[in-house]
Amino acid sequence: MADQSIADVLALKADAKTLNQHKCVLSESSFRKILYLAAIFVLILLVAIFFSLLFSSLPAIRNFGARFLAGTTWDPVKGEFGALAFLVGTLATSFLALIISIVFSLPISIFLGEYFRHGAASMFIKSIIELLAGIPSVIYGFCGLFLLTPVIRALETKLGVTPYGVGIFTASLVLSVMIIPYSASIGREVISLVPSDLKEAALSLGATRFEVIRKVTLPYAYSGIFAGILLALGRALGETMAVTMVIGNSNFIPTNIFSPGNTLASVIANEFTEATGSLYLASLIELGLVLFIVTTVINIIGKIIIRRMGVGA
Amino acid sequence: MKRKVFALRMNRILCFIIVLSILLVLGNKGLTKETELIGAGATFPYPLYSKMFDVYNKGYGVEVNYQAIGSGGGIRQLINKTVDFGGSDAIVSDQDMKEAAAPILHIPTSAGAVVVTYNLTGDPELKFTPDMIADIFLGKIRKWNDPRISALNPGMKLPDMAVTVVHRSDGSGTTFIFSDYVSKVSSEWKEKVGKGTSLNWPAGLGGKGNPGVAGLVKQTPGSIGYVELIYALQNKMPYGTVKNKNGRFVTPTIASTSLAADTNLPDDMRVSLTDTDASGGYPISGFTWILVYKEQNYADRSEEKAKELVKLLWWMTHEGQKHAEPLHYALLSKKAVEKAEKLIKSISYKEKPLMK
Repeated sequence: MADQSIADVLALKADAKTLNQHKCVLSESSFRKILYLAAIFVLILLVAIFFSLLFSSLPAIRNFGARFLAGTTWDPVKGEFGALAFLVGTLATSFLALIISIVFSLPISIFLGEYFRHGAASMFIKSIIELLAGIPSVIYGFCGLFLLTPVIRALETKLGVTPYGVGIFTASLVLSVMIIPYSASIGREVISLVPSDLKEAALSLGATRFEVIRKVTLPYAYSGIFAGILLALGRALGETMAVTMVIGNSNFIPTNIFSPGNTLASVIANEFTEATGSLYLASLIELGLVLFIVTTVINIIGKIIIRRMGVGA
Repeated sequence: MKRKVFALRMNRILCFIIVLSILLVLGNKGLTKETELIGAGATFPYPLYSKMFDVYNKGYGVEVNYQAIGSGGGIRQLINKTVDFGGSDAIVSDQDMKEAAAPILHIPTSAGAVVVTYNLTGDPELKFTPDMIADIFLGKIRKWNDPRISALNPGMKLPDMAVTVVHRSDGSGTTFIFSDYVSKVSSEWKEKVGKGTSLNWPAGLGGKGNPGVAGLVKQTPGSIGYVELIYALQNKMPYGTVKNKNGRFVTPTIASTSLAADTNLPDDMRVSLTDTDASGGYPISGFTWILVYKEQNYADRSEEKAKELVKLLWWMTHEGQKHAEPLHYALLSKKAVEKAEKLIKSISYKEKPLMK
């Protein structure tokens, strides 16, 4: 047995040698083919995901039709499924998180891309921000639940709304911290790519640094910054674990930003393991389909906006 | 020159990877046991099962691999015949039984209880009546100083504070047992909400898993929720006594959970223990079952495997029971063991019983 395996290894080694000799012949045509294949593979994967979601959710689509999107009742016991409350929850938390995160990510991008481009301090801050993206989302959820919730509850008590502590606002805050690295990193990248002769030209005309940033850097980098924001939004839409821990998981349409709610991803994660019955399962998969479509539509709209901005700049 | 060195190094790495993978493949083959039983299902009995299966493996050399994927998943995997047994806290529905096309047996292995836990200053031990529980979770009793709560708990200072209901957000057997109980004691609940692993909750917040509910309850003054007894014991959470069918206020313990099964049980053991008529039994209790096919000759399974499975089930319901109490799991009552014995003896291979 051992002899045989050594023989195998030797044979493979010989193969590897011949492979090395033919390297030059292989590279040009095969390399291109591999690239094409990789690109097509991603496309196939995306289409396959869409269709498998579509087919698996057919029972629910047939049963509820448009009622699925307009319905507000999610009742696994009676078999009545409507996704509106979750759709509203997803969009509300994601966009609120986006607005909060831009307030921080844009200054960070400018700071690191314009003011502190080199040096140890810059590297340190940069890696800290990138580290934020690497923290598992369940950690964010825990921090949100145990540190942020009491603060929000105190705030809610002061404002006179029901002091749940968890809800749309808490989830948005947690999400906003989670998505800062995405928009900040890309923003920094594109801002540092602004050609220095453009900026120097503006400076030579007597512009102050603030004016340069406002009139030269930002307009030049707009589309890139927006692309980063879009990426962050995509991340916010699909985030599951951290959101489910602090959103309150109640299946009602939120009446204000402090009320508890639920998101599409969070419902799927919560209920999929114990879902029985084909209609229930199909409805959960249709939630996935809705999330897929929402993400795609938002991305397409974003691309159009980026293109328009690019032309303007 | 540099390229050559690089190529040489690559060759060496490649060689190493190949040898390593061959070793792994060979090693794996050597390690695979002839008799390995695979199960999947409920998360609630998982700590008990892993202890039991570990002891069993050491004593009998049979490896049992149990994956805690949830009761629903366990039932689905058994129907798809990808596991030797399923684990469930819920009775297999008639619809699923039909889908399985072959009789499935429910063998009880332990019992669990669901307790009502709350966040009030001083952690008082509150008394609850069935209709009070229903009305609180329906969102009808909104304040802690509601006359119905204070009348039942005289001498306790209940605050003028809003009641925040906390429930499970994930589908779970705990929710099933709880809602099964409330459906039995409240017609309004039965009609509006019903029973199931996930519900359309009329009020409150959802937390993911026992830790999620516990976290929300601990954080929110004036909140009330439900968790498994084991979880409450391990985390020293306060919980209330509940009035059972006999009119006694019963403190949830593993003893009173076992007692809940001290009643007339049907032969197939597809029975809900909630609202038990056993006099000392805690009313929000339920069995956890191992699910197996009655006829073991399916999907090319060997007779030997079937025999091992039967032996394991016998051991779990007898000697294995001594591992329950140290882990805060309720023992099977005598009556339950008797019924389980009958069920295990009815398991057959090619229609011949595997145990006499």
